[in-house]
Amino acid sequence: MKPVNEMKIEFVSRSSNESFARATVAAFVSQLDPTISELADIKTAVSEAVTNCIVHAYKNSIGTIYISVQIFDTGRITIKIRDKGVGIPNIKKAMEPLFTTGGDERAGLGFAVMQSFMDKIKVTSKIDKGTTVTLEKDIIPRVLRNG
Amino acid sequence: MNIKTEFSDKTLTAIIEGDIDHHTAKGIRETIDLAVEEKNPSALTLDFGNVQFMDSSGIGLIMGRYRLMKLLNGNLELVNLPEHINRLISLSGLFSLDIIKNKGCEQIETRE
Repeated sequence: MKPVNEMKIEFVSRSSNESFARATVAAFVSQLDPTISELADIKTAVSEAVTNCIVHAYKNSIGTIYISVQIFDTGRITIKIRDKGVGIPNIKKAMEPLFTTGGDERAGLGFAVMQSFMDKIKVTSKIDKGTTVTLEKDIIPRVLRNG
Repeated sequence: MNIKTEFSDKTLTAIIEGDIDHHTAKGIRETIDLAVEEKNPSALTLDFGNVQFMDSSGIGLIMGRYRLMKLLNGNLELVNLPEHINRLISLSGLFSLDIIKNKGCEQIETRE
């Protein structure tokens, strides 16, 4: 399936860019006319993935975070968040709710939130090569929503 | 600074404004913890009425303040939770801590 629209951004892994990343993705997907709730879901999921890149992938360094968003004519959006950081040794463990290596002030809920707020999540990772998180969500077209 | 604190009747109220994410959580945490240290309140109220966005960093913030208040034998209360934050909190299991006071706020949306 070919996307009807697509965008790519890259930015350095500074925490001040977390709001830039989610706002930019939200602005791009807004052309599908999502509900406020759908938009909040997407912003939250993107924020979680980008925070993971900053807190974990580039823990002791500054690297580049790559985001691409594709929109399909069915209303499906695919968001890829990629880093070239340390990688995740055990993806299954990392995705367990409440598991965190981020210390006391981190809830360990990042992946749980992505899973719950999006329709589909895929995580691929290679040690010292990086991690790609792919998020999918179907935005219900307004014509169907209004009956 | 996107936070204001008020103190009366041994209750410290922190009114948080704007976005709560990993970037802003540190400053919010430091402001609250400093005020708690100064005032030694028996209750801490976090007001989310002016929060536009929150991710799981906010859950970490709540959990940390809950632990802090327990340590001081005090209570934590969350008020004015927007619907989106309610959903995050229900996902986190924090509802079981009995710290939520929904003062005229929306119902929790359930996902099918």
